[in-house]
Amino acid sequence: MNSETRHLTFSNAPREQNLITMLWEIQRRDGWISGANVKALAEILNMSPLDVDETVSFYHFFRSTPSGKHQIYLCDSVIARMNGYEDVRAALERETGARFGGLSGDGLFGLEDTPCVGLSDQEPAMMIDDVVFTRLTPESVSDIVAQLRTGKAPADIANPSGYNSGTLDYVNTIVASNIRNRGPIFFKPMRDYHAVLQGVLARHPIEIIEEITASKLRGRGGAGFLTGLKWRLANEADGAEKFIICNADEGEPGTFKDRVLLTRSPGDVLIGMAVAAFAVGARSGILYLRAEYRYLKDYLERQIGEFREAGLLGADILGSGFTFDIRIQMGAGAYICGDETALIESCEGKRGTPRVKPPYPIQAGYQGMPTVVNNVETFAAVSRIVEEGGRWFASMGTDKSSGTRLLSVSGDCARPGIYEIEWGMRLDEVLAMVGASRPMAVQVSGPSGECVSAAKDGGRVFCYGDLSCNGSLMIFDESRDLLGIVRHFMDFFVEESCGICTPCRSGCVDMRAKVDRVIAGTAAQQDLDDCDNWGKLMRSTSRCGLGTTAAKPILTTMKSFPELYRDRLTAGDGPLLPSFDLKKALQGHEDAFQVLVKETH
Amino acid sequence: MATKLSIDGKEISASEGETLIDVAADNGVYIPSLCYMRGRPCLGTCRVCSVVVNGSIMPACTVRISGDMVVEVAKPEVADMRKALVEANFSEGNHNCPSCEKSGRCELQAVAYEVEMVVSRFPYRFPERERDQAARLIFLERDRCIFCQRCVEFVRDRETGRKIFSIHGRGTHARIDIDVELADRMPPEQAREAAEMCPVGCIIEKGRGYNDPIGKRKFDIRSIRERALEEDNK
Amino acid sequence: MSHRGKDEVLSHHLPRTAMDPAVMAVRDEKIHVAMIGLCGCWGCTLSFLDMDENLLKLLEKVTITRASFTDVKRIPRRAAIGFVEGGVANEENIETLEHFRENCDVLISVGACAVWGGVPAMRNLVPLEDCLREAYVDSPTRPLQQAPTIPYHEDIPRITTKVYPLHEVVQIDYFIPGCPPDGQTIFKVLDDLVHGRKFSIPAHINRFD
Repeated sequence: MNSETRHLTFSNAPREQNLITMLWEIQRRDGWISGANVKALAEILNMSPLDVDETVSFYHFFRSTPSGKHQIYLCDSVIARMNGYEDVRAALERETGARFGGLSGDGLFGLEDTPCVGLSDQEPAMMIDDVVFTRLTPESVSDIVAQLRTGKAPADIANPSGYNSGTLDYVNTIVASNIRNRGPIFFKPMRDYHAVLQGVLARHPIEIIEEITASKLRGRGGAGFLTGLKWRLANEADGAEKFIICNADEGEPGTFKDRVLLTRSPGDVLIGMAVAAFAVGARSGILYLRAEYRYLKDYLERQIGEFREAGLLGADILGSGFTFDIRIQMGAGAYICGDETALIESCEGKRGTPRVKPPYPIQAGYQGMPTVVNNVETFAAVSRIVEEGGRWFASMGTDKSSGTRLLSVSGDCARPGIYEIEWGMRLDEVLAMVGASRPMAVQVSGPSGECVSAAKDGGRVFCYGDLSCNGSLMIFDESRDLLGIVRHFMDFFVEESCGICTPCRSGCVDMRAKVDRVIAGTAAQQDLDDCDNWGKLMRSTSRCGLGTTAAKPILTTMKSFPELYRDRLTAGDGPLLPSFDLKKALQGHEDAFQVLVKETH
Repeated sequence: MATKLSIDGKEISASEGETLIDVAADNGVYIPSLCYMRGRPCLGTCRVCSVVVNGSIMPACTVRISGDMVVEVAKPEVADMRKALVEANFSEGNHNCPSCEKSGRCELQAVAYEVEMVVSRFPYRFPERERDQAARLIFLERDRCIFCQRCVEFVRDRETGRKIFSIHGRGTHARIDIDVELADRMPPEQAREAAEMCPVGCIIEKGRGYNDPIGKRKFDIRSIRERALEEDNK
Repeated sequence: MSHRGKDEVLSHHLPRTAMDPAVMAVRDEKIHVAMIGLCGCWGCTLSFLDMDENLLKLLEKVTITRASFTDVKRIPRRAAIGFVEGGVANEENIETLEHFRENCDVLISVGACAVWGGVPAMRNLVPLEDCLREAYVDSPTRPLQQAPTIPYHEDIPRITTKVYPLHEVVQIDYFIPGCPPDGQTIFKVLDDLVHGRKFSIPAHINRFD
């Protein structure tokens, strides 16, 4: 095993920077990462085995115990639960003979839950090996499992026509794109990338930055930092080398627009990255692709290859002397890696722990060098701005929020999918557009965003000053159990908190316990006051965006749907606190007694 | 470059780029912390040094002095946040001071006194985390770890530079681990340094504990505040 | 403790020797303090005595009603302050704590056991079943010739599943940590309260051990 590991890893540059890639290679070969492999890898990289384990154990998809021949990850998101998750889960257990969290007796199947896989418009969905299966029903599950039992590979089941995994046909067969409208910016067919890039290379990098600045484009990842400003700072930063990173770790539950962009307009993204590289003076780029989008990897590799062949990437691009190339870095299952500094750590083969800021990535990012990290959609927008001009882009949307943005719409509506909307649209307009007939609540920007009331907030506007949506829009109608959804979101944050800082690590758990109290009907007014105060603590003192927003499922529903909480409060009767479970406190003795009596008589 | 800033209304001179928590200490303002060690890189994990800088709350160990900063340390709202963060660390682990070898020389305990903690406002969790006694000179009481990362970052094998301590897993499921093979290569003074660096009673030197009677222990003699403000701490 | 036998007489039902009316009148004017120890070692109560001559100062203002010192078993009338040491580890602790909460204006949780569970709470890391097995089945002092007896009877208070800090069971107003807290710390808190000053335990007298 050791020599094999050595062979595998020597095919890559044996550096710490490549650790996650090496781990993926081992896991794809063996199905899991054994202690012996960890040890061998540690020797090669001059690390202690536990240092390698720090990385292995951080990521959800790396396994330190043997897996089934087919490891099945069923998406457990609130949207999946609205679309038949429970039945599919039961069917999976029945058909495979495995329980969730374990393996089937024959070792064929392993079952596990996984958070949102970016398929909210076609849930329930599951990942098996390199592919996904969508719109699952108990019947389709039974069919898929039966085929797997005959020895068929998951990719062959998902792709019966046998398309090559590098083709768009392959991706289209596996997942639907569901683009519901056509806007001015995204998904333009038949673009002349050659001309676009030639136009850029003919200008001075500063002019390109000015063009982006004039467009008033703000980062589409969610934080909304001005892209032009970020590039200018990176351009001015000192560094022997500079890097461009495309953040395709689309982990916010409910969002999937980056998946569709990478499927339908990968060229927009690659060109956007090249433009950024030219503007700031970078030679290397990384496309950080979340593990859940593994089925896009071959396709994207081929796209990059074709760009190289066309002279749009690589050395001396279009004869200009400008050199830039892109590699794909796979993630391994960690929502936190959506944070740009956590993502950089992950690119370096480490735990996805957000860094202490300052320094910011534009000063010291990947390998300590100035690094621009932008979202997939930002790069795609860039490719259009350099084509049509910053003014053109700025003429759309509102003054402070220029252009358009993509919404990933899911939940209770007639037409879930991708919508391009101009900033400035009202919530009720969007709800009508997507066919939400009786919406109650809208989760804007996923769990880390805001839960608004369709009745009270319909007049609110999509823009950075109001609903600064990061692309995720989940709609819940009156039949939905909103507190249950809040509970699910808090579970998500508990599992995804990296644990590096106190307020997030401890706060997520304590806040979740408060929701449990509310649901159980044992919460008092004090509990809601605690939620306010502890939420403020998390927002004010956490290290990164995960911690600062993790209390928002509770805080924003408390604000938009106060009655939901108020109606379940209790004042208690008598001196005992309502949250003290007297029955449970007194049951333990009897239970223990019964067990011991049985044992001893 | 010299610049001026104000801390709780008091005007102070400092150099640009200095770390706020140090500058405050040099000027008699104690800001508690559980992860920061003067002279070493900032870890920014415990967040207990949170203060208000130009209206925003940030940990003082991550703040570099720049022109005309207005810093508020004593403001009740942020002082209570520091206290809450200390309390959170108590409820997450099992900090049984009366039976702990580290009592009296424990930074978590000493800082808790300074923020006038009397109880944790968060529910005590009583986590079960197995201890690890395999190494020759030290052992880990894992339920006391507060994930400050001091040992992970600052204690390395002297020959190879490899990590001796590491974190397994993430979030609330995380646990501190020790590489026994490397740990057993530590000379006694390095093992002692690791134990002393630990701000809680997680890394404990074998054969040492309760050596000093109550009243004569490290922080009985001089409080953590006095130590932080001492001139020779610079 | 569901069992209330017909023939049972509880000690606090027994007739008491009448007190001197003059003494009682003076006491009635004072602030009433009731004290109890739940699951703890009574060390905090002993520490209370360690306030030495300050005790006399305090007694100018307060009178101690129910307490182990006075051997008074019930709170005779509503008290201003309840002083509770020890955590909640059995059914009787819960009843007593409820009684204190109902009959005291202000409750103070005193000492490590009351504040977070203390030494008894070390059993929270072990299932109750294992605790009982260790004590009554596998115990080296168990008589070998007979089957083990595991206490479980209506006359014996049931042991709680876990040990709980007081503030998880009833509302608590103030906390004095320490194992035990220093007598002077206890004095300061009580003295502040009876004089209407704000509660505070400054760093130099705050102790958790």
